[in-house]
Amino acid sequence: MSGLVASELSCIKRDRVLFDRLSFSLQSGQLVYLRGPNGAGKTSLLRILCGLSQPESGTITWQSQPLGEHWFKDLIYVGHKPGVNGALTAIENLAFWCRQHSVSASLDHLYHVLAELGLVGMEDVPCRTLSAGQQRRVALSRLWLKSAKVWILDEPFTALDVKGVAQLEDKMKAHVDAGGAVLTTSHQALSERAGTVRFFDLEYRF
Amino acid sequence: MGGVFKRDLALAFRQKAELVQPLMFLLMVVTLFPLGVGPGPDTLQLIGPGVIWIAAILSSLMGMERLFRDDFADGSLEQLQLSGLPLYAVATMKVLCHWLVTFIPLLILSPLLAMFLNLTVDMYIALVITLLLGTPLLSLVGAIAVGLTVGLQRGGVLLALLLIPVFIPLLIFATSAVDAAALQLPYRAQIAIIGAMLLIAMALAPAAIAYSLKVSQN
Repeated sequence: MSGLVASELSCIKRDRVLFDRLSFSLQSGQLVYLRGPNGAGKTSLLRILCGLSQPESGTITWQSQPLGEHWFKDLIYVGHKPGVNGALTAIENLAFWCRQHSVSASLDHLYHVLAELGLVGMEDVPCRTLSAGQQRRVALSRLWLKSAKVWILDEPFTALDVKGVAQLEDKMKAHVDAGGAVLTTSHQALSERAGTVRFFDLEYRF
Repeated sequence: MGGVFKRDLALAFRQKAELVQPLMFLLMVVTLFPLGVGPGPDTLQLIGPGVIWIAAILSSLMGMERLFRDDFADGSLEQLQLSGLPLYAVATMKVLCHWLVTFIPLLILSPLLAMFLNLTVDMYIALVITLLLGTPLLSLVGAIAVGLTVGLQRGGVLLALLLIPVFIPLLIFATSAVDAAALQLPYRAQIAIIGAMLLIAMALAPAAIAYSLKVSQN
């Protein structure tokens, strides 16, 4: 099977089984919305699927191969932590990120993307002086910069205002319509703008 | 890879206070000794090499956390790990950058320290050689411990407790090299051992740092 396929995943954190023998797949053209109460293991699952942490047991494949460089090329992950350094400006943060991820984006393009996200005038100030929502926008601007097939977004709507949420939902829909795949989790429901959503529920286990 | 190096360098110069503070600490520790032990030139010459090396180790511990702390806390490290760049190479770049901004200023300051402690020219030459070979070792080994403790809150003291015993061999050989230089004796053996330790660290530390960072993400 192509796409992102995880089979028989188990995760144990601090002697508590978060999930056991969990199977999951994400195909192109899908928007999967991961639901579950606090502590159910949503973030742990997302981090395991990214390849950031290792499952207790189970395998994950991307395009029928184990996760490796070809997977990182096709992935954008935006986690709880924005990955934005407070001492650097938004432009510097993005420029360095693009370089690390082998994305070629001109400075003009970076300014353009930040403007699209409503950060005009904020490009050249250290990111620690930005508000939480503005920092989140800087983090999310990666979705506009790198053309990756899979987006894994952990609580992407945190701290975003109504307009920002709508803009991100539109972006997610466009990505899915163009054959991309999105895996996201959030405690607020997605609106209709985000298009068809497949739900995946994680239960809290004792 | 050059991007990682440039970013760290840019960050270091943006946060100059963090660079200057360990250096000031070093300078103050060294100046405390003449006040505490007595300003006799012979006494100072006797304790000088040890004082400079101990002060260098202690001050390096202060700035060591900077290696990965911020990147871990704000999530930049996650992004780096998902960039597809080999993690050991990224770690090596970060250690190199850390060494440049932490220990090159120390080397520049070293003639002043040598004067404070009445070291002879021969002793100073030996001291600089041991610092040149020994301080990269501090950075490389320190980075492994930082990688392991970066996920902990208040890992600073634990970091010192982990690292100080590991640095004892380096301290012994470095000070004994300078002592030998004071007596006009050859000190190639000590230098060779420090060099060997550095080479082993250069070979093994990048993989160990990468592994420790992966463990911390789990």
